[in-house]
Amino acid sequence: MIRKVRSHPTQNEDVIFERSSPGKIGYQLPPLDVPEVDPAAALGNEHVRASIDGFPEVSEVEVIRHFTRLSTWNYAIDLGLYPLGSCTMKYNPRINEAVARLEGLAWAHPYQPENLSQGAMEVCARLEEALCEITGLDAITLQPAAGAHGELTGILLVRAFLESQGNARRKVLVPDSAHGTNPATAATAGYAIHNIASNEHGMIDLAQLAAVVDEDVAALMVTNPNTLGVFEANIVKIAEILHAKGALVYMDGANMNALAGMARPGDFGVDVMHLNLHKTFSTPHGGGGPGGGPVAVRKHLEPFLPTPRLARSAGAFTWDYDRPQSIGRMRAYYGNFGVLVRALAYILAHGGPGLRNATVDAVLNANYLRHKLAPHFDLPYDGPNMHEVVFSDERQSAKGVRTGDIAKRLIDYGFHPYTVSFPLIVHGALMIEPTETESKQELDLFIDAMISIAKEIEQDPQMVLQSPHTTRTSRVDEVTAARKPILRWR
Amino acid sequence: MRYLPKSDAERQEMLAACGLTSAEALFAQIPAEARLQRPLDLAAGISEYEIADYFKSLAVKNAGALPSFLGAGVYRHYRPVVVDAVVSRGEFLTSYTPYQSEISQGTLMTIFEFQTMICQLTGMDAANASMYDGSTAVPEAAMMAARITGRRGALVARSVHPEYREVLRTYARYQNLPVEEFGYDAQSGQIDFTDLDAKLNAEIACVILQSPNFFGIVEDARKAAELAHSKGALLIFTFSEAVSLGILEPPNADIVAGELQSFAISPSYGGPFAGVIATKEKFVRQLPGRLVGQTSDTNGNRAFCLTLATREQHIRREKSTSNICTNQALIALMATVFLELYGKQGLRELATQNLAKAHYLGSLTRPRFTGPYFNEFVARPPAEPAEVNRRLLDRSIVGGLPLERFYPELAGTMLLCATEMTKRADMDLVAEALA
Amino acid sequence: MTYPGNYRYTKEHEWVDQQGDTATVGLTFHAQQELGDIVYVDLPKVGAKIEAGKRFGSVESVKAVSDVYAPISGEVTEINETLASAPEKLNQDPHGAAWLIRLRVDKTGEAANLLSAADYQKYVGTES
Repeated sequence: MIRKVRSHPTQNEDVIFERSSPGKIGYQLPPLDVPEVDPAAALGNEHVRASIDGFPEVSEVEVIRHFTRLSTWNYAIDLGLYPLGSCTMKYNPRINEAVARLEGLAWAHPYQPENLSQGAMEVCARLEEALCEITGLDAITLQPAAGAHGELTGILLVRAFLESQGNARRKVLVPDSAHGTNPATAATAGYAIHNIASNEHGMIDLAQLAAVVDEDVAALMVTNPNTLGVFEANIVKIAEILHAKGALVYMDGANMNALAGMARPGDFGVDVMHLNLHKTFSTPHGGGGPGGGPVAVRKHLEPFLPTPRLARSAGAFTWDYDRPQSIGRMRAYYGNFGVLVRALAYILAHGGPGLRNATVDAVLNANYLRHKLAPHFDLPYDGPNMHEVVFSDERQSAKGVRTGDIAKRLIDYGFHPYTVSFPLIVHGALMIEPTETESKQELDLFIDAMISIAKEIEQDPQMVLQSPHTTRTSRVDEVTAARKPILRWR
Repeated sequence: MRYLPKSDAERQEMLAACGLTSAEALFAQIPAEARLQRPLDLAAGISEYEIADYFKSLAVKNAGALPSFLGAGVYRHYRPVVVDAVVSRGEFLTSYTPYQSEISQGTLMTIFEFQTMICQLTGMDAANASMYDGSTAVPEAAMMAARITGRRGALVARSVHPEYREVLRTYARYQNLPVEEFGYDAQSGQIDFTDLDAKLNAEIACVILQSPNFFGIVEDARKAAELAHSKGALLIFTFSEAVSLGILEPPNADIVAGELQSFAISPSYGGPFAGVIATKEKFVRQLPGRLVGQTSDTNGNRAFCLTLATREQHIRREKSTSNICTNQALIALMATVFLELYGKQGLRELATQNLAKAHYLGSLTRPRFTGPYFNEFVARPPAEPAEVNRRLLDRSIVGGLPLERFYPELAGTMLLCATEMTKRADMDLVAEALA
Repeated sequence: MTYPGNYRYTKEHEWVDQQGDTATVGLTFHAQQELGDIVYVDLPKVGAKIEAGKRFGSVESVKAVSDVYAPISGEVTEINETLASAPEKLNQDPHGAAWLIRLRVDKTGEAANLLSAADYQKYVGTES
C-alpha cells in the first residue's frame, strides 16, 4: 500500500521560447545618468550584433510561474528521503543560505584589497582549521570547486611530491569498487591505471595489493568507507604497504560522513584526501552543483598545494603567492567561497560533539535499513556496514525485474530511488544511503515501500516493469535521445 | 540537535532492531588503531542566532557593500530578486543531478533552456550544462581541441585573464599539451596578429583568445579564426564578461568556453560561478560535462533526459572526455532565470548601458590602449595606482585593479570597470582622483 | 540466430568475411544483443592501418561503451557510413547490412586462427 503520497495535478508548462511574444519584457533598468553611446561608433560596426535570434521575450510573472511550475516536477530532499548511495543527500540547513547572502560576503570582490577582505579570509581560515581537525591532516587547500576537481588536485600533489623526490612514477592503483572519477582523474594527471579486484568481503586484498605495489606505483586511490559502505579494516596495513615502497595513499573522502568525529584519515595512514562539502558538510546539491572539494594533506605535501595559500602576517590574513614548489592554480580566485561559508555554518551549528552524533545517526540509519530489508533483498556482502548498504536484485531478477525497475516503482511510493547499478562489483546493485537527517517514521515508510515492492514483484512483475505509473512523465526514451540528439530548442 | 530528527527512545529502539545495545557497537568494524580516541577539538554547536551574528560580524569587515570599480573577471551587475526567489525553492536547491528523469523534469527543462540560450548567445550549435567556471572551462576546451585535431600544443593570448592562463598551465602540464603565449599590440591592446602568425604551426591544436580581453578590449575574433583555420588549428573563444554578448557579434569560433558570473551570480569573493563550453555540432561528442537532450516518454509527451553520457567518467572511466562529474546546476539556473527576465531587449539594453557608463568614465580619464572597449579599460593615472586607490578609499570607494601584478610592463596603470550599477557621481570622484 | 558458416569469429565478438585480399568486419549478433539498443558507432577513417587484436573503434549503448577489436590486420578501405545516421541497423542486421569496415588484408593467413561459426556459438553459449 502506498502511504507516503497521493497524486494531485501538476501544471503543464511550455519551454520558455514558446511563451515568448515580441515586445513583452520582464525587466526595467533605471534611466541612464550619463550620455548615451552609439555601439557601432564605440565598438566598430563589424563588432556589433543584430538582435539575438530566438531569445525569449516574457514578463516577470510568466518567469515566476514558469520556474514554479517546473519546480513541482522535481523530487527534492525537502520532500523526503533521497537515498542515493554515495551522494549523501542530507538536509540543507536554511541558515547557511541566509548567511551566504549577507552583503559583505556575497558582494565581496576577489580582488578587493586584503585589508577589506579580512572577514572573508577569516571564513577560510576557520574552515581550514576545522577540516584539518576533522581529517587529522596538517594542511588544506579550499580551492577545488568540486570532488572530482579535488581528486585532480590531490593526484597532481602526489605527482609533484614524487617528482621532487626524483621520480613521478607511472601507475595509480584503483580498486574496482571506486567511483568513475578516480580512474578518470588519474588519467588526466598523466598516470596509467591499474585496477585491483576486491576480495570476498568487498575489501582490498592485502596479499594482492602487496604483489602489485612496487617502485612504479605513485599512489593508491581508496574510498573509505568504500562504496559498499564497508570500512577497509586493514587500512593501516594498506598504508604501510604503500609507504614501504615510497608510494602515497590518496583517500576519496566522498564517504567522510561515516567517519567525522569517529576516525581521522590522518591517523590511519592517509597522505592526501579530498572532502565533498556538498556531501558531509550539507551544502545543497542544487540539481548538480555547485560543490566544494577541499584537499587536505600531510605536512610533506604542503609545499605543493595550489597558489595562493592563506597565510597570516602581522596579525592579519594575507594570500601567499610566493610558492615556488606549488602545482600552480587549479582555478581562478580562491575557491567556491559561497559554498565554504555554508560548510562553516554547518560545522558551527553541530560543533565537535554534534558532528560525532550526526555520524552515529547516519550509521544507525543505514544499519536499521539493512536489518529491516535483509529478509527481502539479497545482500552480496553480509558484513557490518557504515553509512550505506548495498543490496543486489538477485532474487527479483529471477522474475525479470532489475534494480532499475525497482527504482522506478519506488517513485510511485513517493521516494527518490537509491543509486542504481553501482558499485560495479555488485551485479544489479541497489545502493542505499539514508543519511542522518531522516526520522524513524520516514525510514519505516521506506522499508514498507521496499517490502511492498518485493511482494508486487512476486505477484505482478509486469506492473513493476512498467512503473512509474503516477508521475506526470512516464519512462523516457533515452535511446532516441542518444541516437538523434536534440540539445537545444529550435 | 535541530537537524537530527530522532528522540533518544527512537535511537534505542532502532539499535535494538539491529541487535545492538550501544551506538558504539555500530563502529566495531573500525579497528582501534584507526579510531579517534578523543572528542574533536572543536567548540560545541551553536544556535541559529549565534551563527547569523557571527557571520554578520565577518561580513562587515569586508568591502562588499562599497561602490567599486573592480572588474577583471568578476563584475557587479544587479541581481533581480526573482533569481533568488527561484533558486531558493527547495525543489531546485535540494535535488540531485537529474539521473531519474521521471522526477527531475523541472531541472532537466531548465538546463535545456540554458543550453539553448547559450547557443543563441554564442552562435554555437550545442552547449553543455555548465562547467565549474571560466578558468577551468578553458583548459577543458584546450584538451577537447587536442582530441579533435590529434595535435598537441595550445597558443594562448597574453590578454586572456592571467588566472585562466595559470589554470591552463596546471592542467596542460601532465596532458602533454605544451602551452605558448602570444602577445598583444602595445598601442591597441588587441592581440598581436604578427606574433600569432609566427607562432602558428602544424603542431598547434588551438588558439585561445578572450574578448573583451582582460584589458576590456574587443578582439577581432573573426580574423583570428581565419588565421587559426588556415593552419588547421581550432579557435577557442573565451569571455569573462558575459553581458558583452548582448551587443557583440558572436565569434566564428570552434569552441566557446566562458564564464557566466555576470548573469546574476554574486561576486561572492570569487565563487561559486558557472562556466560553460559550447561548440559546433560535429564536435559534440568531444564535449566534457553533462548534456540534456529532448525526447519523449512512453505516452508520447515531450520529455528531457541526460544524454550522450558515454563520454563521461561514470561510464568511460579513464577514457572519458574529462574527470568532471557534476556541474554548477544551481548557478547555471541563476543565469537562466536572469536571461529569461532580461530577454532579447533587456540584455541588449543592459549591455548598452554598461558601454555608456564605461565610456563616460573613459572620457574623463585616459585609456592606455586605443582598441574598442566594452565596460572596462586600462587607465594611466598620474600618481601610483596604489596611491589613487588609497585616496578613493578615503571617500569610501574601492578603486581599480593595479595591473603591475599581472603585467610588469603595465606598471603604473590600473584596470577600471563601470557597470549599470556604477553611479555618475562616483565616476566623477574617480576622475578627480585620476586628474 | 544463425552465424554464417563462411565467416570467422573472435572471442571479442567480431566477425570477418575474407575474400582474397579484401575482408569485411562486423559485430556479432551476440555482441549487439548484450549491448542492447546501440546508439552510436565510432569507426576509423578510411586509410587507417589496423592491427589484429588491437582496438579500432567502439559501439555505444545509452549506458555502456564497448571497444571493437580487429580480427585481422589491414588497411581500412571503406567504412559503413549508414551507421552514423542509423546505428539501430546494428541491432537489426549485424551479420549483413550493418557491417562495420572493409579492409585490404595485410597477411592472408590470419583469419584461419579465428573461431569457426560452430566454435564461436559454443563459446558464447558457455560465456553467457
